[in-house]
Amino acid sequence: MSRLCFMMAIALISSLMVTSPASAQTAPAAQTGAAENPKPAPAPRHDISGIWDPGNNGIQPLGPRAMPEDGKPEHQLPYTPLGLETLNAHKPSNGVRSVLPGETNDPVVYCDPQGFPREDLYELRTTQILQTPLNVYVLYEFGKIWRVIWTDGRDLPKDPEPRWFGYSVGKWVDDYTFVVQTSGTDERTWIDRAGRPHSADLRVEERFHRVDHDTLELTLTIDDPKMYTKPWVALDKLRFKLKPPNFDVREMMCSPSEFAEYNKVIGKPASGQGTQ
Amino acid sequence: MRNKLATIFFGLLTVSVPLFAHHGAAAYDTTKKITLKATVTEWFWANPHCFLKFDAKDDKGNVVHWAVEASNPADMVNLGWSKQTFKPGDEVTVTFEPVKNGQPIGRIEQVVLASGQVLKGRVQF
Repeated sequence: MSRLCFMMAIALISSLMVTSPASAQTAPAAQTGAAENPKPAPAPRHDISGIWDPGNNGIQPLGPRAMPEDGKPEHQLPYTPLGLETLNAHKPSNGVRSVLPGETNDPVVYCDPQGFPREDLYELRTTQILQTPLNVYVLYEFGKIWRVIWTDGRDLPKDPEPRWFGYSVGKWVDDYTFVVQTSGTDERTWIDRAGRPHSADLRVEERFHRVDHDTLELTLTIDDPKMYTKPWVALDKLRFKLKPPNFDVREMMCSPSEFAEYNKVIGKPASGQGTQ
Repeated sequence: MRNKLATIFFGLLTVSVPLFAHHGAAAYDTTKKITLKATVTEWFWANPHCFLKFDAKDDKGNVVHWAVEASNPADMVNLGWSKQTFKPGDEVTVTFEPVKNGQPIGRIEQVVLASGQVLKGRVQF
């Protein structure tokens, strides 16, 4: 009995030491955010402004949080034949179809813009939302990108020139839920890190729901009949916690010259393409 | 009592298993860990990945020039690292997973500084 207890104690201590980075990572958020407030104030009406942190749930290296490409049958997407063909042409560096780092054709690895909806579905970090009478701005940490969501009642353009981040309009459907529709995205972008494709016909719905003063949830639905036989939910109430208004958001940029150095020293040699 | 303790123990082990998948892992032999006493030659603080270059002697006493990658600066700051963590000439102990193809390349598990401070190198999510 005492021997068992001793072995368990040693193994448990080792286990906790191994997991210490998680504590280190979450500690600053707990100290600076409002997450520890046991009873957050009620959500303000028609207001999702603030600095919001999804924590590590926003990184999504295997694909969207609600639909990662992890080989599980329940995460198999309803591809059309074109969707499957396009998927197979994409060579991601994460997920079950991952290739060696020097062999990926992920456009973001080469510092192309993530575009939308990938900005929500990969490396989603601390995100600031601003509201004006005419629109809502979403400021993303990754790439220091901003999106404009029009709230002046306009419709989405009928035959738009494609944009990396498309065209977005939004409206309040109740006091605490803001729904955004986006179209006109650039089909060169991938939906996620796993290489899921989209066409120029993609429509995306984002549903921002402010649960209480300190909590925001985002549900994101993909609808692209050319690539998928039915709409699918990529984010299902992904949770953000409110940061203090004086929180200084870090920058996270893709630099072509830094990438070139990384690829020379790590990426190419690791893939059997030359030496350092 | 014995069964209850075992249940608690294995339950804790289950919740503490880290998930490593931020970087593409295809190039790395995730079953191996190498620990080397090293002399830092360069600390590259950049996106998409920071990396540490160092010299270490192999079994025959030859100096090998290694490069081991970490995560991006935003993640590394959260883990307690900074651009000033290393300077050339620092003596450190580096633990990493090597690449499969035998090149002197790896990805960092942890670094022990000369002061004894341990820096973990992996984001968990």
